[in-house]
Amino acid sequence: MDAPTAAAAPTTESAALAYVRTAPAAAVSPPLATAGVLAWLRERLFPNLSSSLMTIVIVLLLIWIVPPLIDFLIVNATWTGSDREACLATAERPVAGACWAFIGDRFAYLMYGSYPIAGRWRVDLFFAMLAFGTAWLLWLEAPRRDLGAVYFFAVLPVTSFVLLHGFEAIGLPVVDTALWGGFTVTIVVAAVGIVVSLPIGIVLALGRRSELPAVRLLSTLFIEFIRGVPLITVLFMASVMLPLFVPESWSPDKLLRALVGVALFSSAYMAEVVRAGLQAMPKGQYEAAHALGLSYWQTLRLIILPQALTVTIPNIVNSYIALFKDTTLVFFVGIFDFLKTIEVARADPNWATPVTSATGYVFAALVYFVCCYAMSRYATGIEKRLSTGERR
Amino acid sequence: MSMSGRPAPPPYPPPQAGEGKLISPPVRAGQGKEEAAVEITGLHKWFGEFHVLADINLKVGRGERIVICGPSGSGKSTLLRCINRLEDFQRGEIVVDGMALTRDVRRVDAIRREVGMVFQHFNLFPHLTVLENCTLAPIQVKGMPKRKAEEHAMHFLERVKIPEQAGKYPNQLSGGQQQRVAIARALCMSPKLMMFDEPTSALDPEMVKEVLDTMVALALDGMTMLVVTHEMTFARQVANRIVFMDAGQIIEVNEPAPFFASPQHERTKLFLSQILH
Repeated sequence: MDAPTAAAAPTTESAALAYVRTAPAAAVSPPLATAGVLAWLRERLFPNLSSSLMTIVIVLLLIWIVPPLIDFLIVNATWTGSDREACLATAERPVAGACWAFIGDRFAYLMYGSYPIAGRWRVDLFFAMLAFGTAWLLWLEAPRRDLGAVYFFAVLPVTSFVLLHGFEAIGLPVVDTALWGGFTVTIVVAAVGIVVSLPIGIVLALGRRSELPAVRLLSTLFIEFIRGVPLITVLFMASVMLPLFVPESWSPDKLLRALVGVALFSSAYMAEVVRAGLQAMPKGQYEAAHALGLSYWQTLRLIILPQALTVTIPNIVNSYIALFKDTTLVFFVGIFDFLKTIEVARADPNWATPVTSATGYVFAALVYFVCCYAMSRYATGIEKRLSTGERR
Repeated sequence: MSMSGRPAPPPYPPPQAGEGKLISPPVRAGQGKEEAAVEITGLHKWFGEFHVLADINLKVGRGERIVICGPSGSGKSTLLRCINRLEDFQRGEIVVDGMALTRDVRRVDAIRREVGMVFQHFNLFPHLTVLENCTLAPIQVKGMPKRKAEEHAMHFLERVKIPEQAGKYPNQLSGGQQQRVAIARALCMSPKLMMFDEPTSALDPEMVKEVLDTMVALALDGMTMLVVTHEMTFARQVANRIVFMDAGQIIEVNEPAPFFASPQHERTKLFLSQILH
């Protein structure tokens, strides 16, 4: 190649047009934007008349809502007590706030339902194992996440069943699912939906993109049918119709029927989420893998799915949040989930006060909020990580 | 090796091509078997109604370097992609290394193991490190032990002169580096034939040379190469023969010197006048 000749000395006529840098530009830090609290306030809260008005209206609204809420939930709340007397308004305390004593008293019931007290360690162990598996999978830098997946998707379901349901051969007495209840059932239903929906969803998504017409048709029919029907309908169908398809003697457990319904429902939604991820994969990835001699399944397992699932983590978590809240619907087919135990507990005559129901519902809202918000924060974190360049 | 600090590439073994017949491969000394690396006969391909490849006949000898050029849409890339079955074709026959290309999946996989391909847009796997990109296929397809595959990969990464990037992810590399990784990744399968589909078209001008140098070094080692490119300097320097394509047909095939000095077909003359200013 020719050496650049741009550095040649300019003639006098073209001196104004030509230019040669003699020293590198000095590094200068960027100019400071507006600084200080006042500047921030002015810029963000009171930049012009309409925004200032909006700020004032919102502040007034908060002043109107927040203090009474704090009064009810904390200041006037009853924290201890053994029955309804503690939570009633009295002459010394004319305004009765939230009756947290009620939640404290019925806490075990809200968590375990009617699960035998002697066996509740089994539920605790299940919670611990679930938390461990979840952390292993969600923490992206964790060691051996492939083993984590095996643990979560294969070991955990089996051991959870043995733990919760019982297995006489190893000395764990069987606990009928009719006794299960409370937060335990909510977690079981959500966990089964979460664990089952991802693999089935992946299979359905692949099926819908298959080149085989029969496979594609079946997957599409399933997905579209389930998505076109409300969950509550699927649950009723699962609990009423499932027994028609299996031998009478085999009559499936009531909880199992609901689990099947939830799993089918969430799988259909998951399939569409995964399909979006698959569609986002550039064709070049398939071609490069094929050109190297990788088979269809190797390409999927090693190249396509790891990338497609990583990009869709926020959407997957979004489906999980929806699923977690949808589990409350199982209470229509007679399952004692967390919300249902609140319903039962608040009707307890021992705790019948004007504030019991409100307290129960606030507690339920808090529990659902904490769970869903945690999932949401996780999804946001992943999203940030993916968008800030360090795409692995 | 011979790759570093080389001022000018040494002369290539002159092909002893037979006169007249354009399609015959040069017979190189020291080659016992007369089996061609690739033999394409009467190949036709349609995209719907569009006749994208028409009556393609081409025989690539072992160790031969062929540059395919032509205007865009002339079917150059499609021809390459037919050879490793990334594209289906409707009529004709392709024999790669003595194996006829059929729809049989096993046969296709066997041929893909013998044929390395480098793409215009690199197509590295962004979720794997450079080293993992290179070891994936040897481990998964050939069943090579991981340790051995890594040694093997490091050898080729050294040959493309980026062993120090082995632990990085593709997106942390420049375009030229990524393309060299892609070449190393293909070489790790020890292919008998390397195909390059416009390997420098997506690169910044300053990075074209490092990729071309790698390809020249590969040619020096006697690799059979099929290269779709517009880099005419490279073609002149490295190719045994140049294939000119237009509208899905092979218009002219010749050795570089006569191809550039005295093109025969009107279309070739027009094309060369457009690109060699």
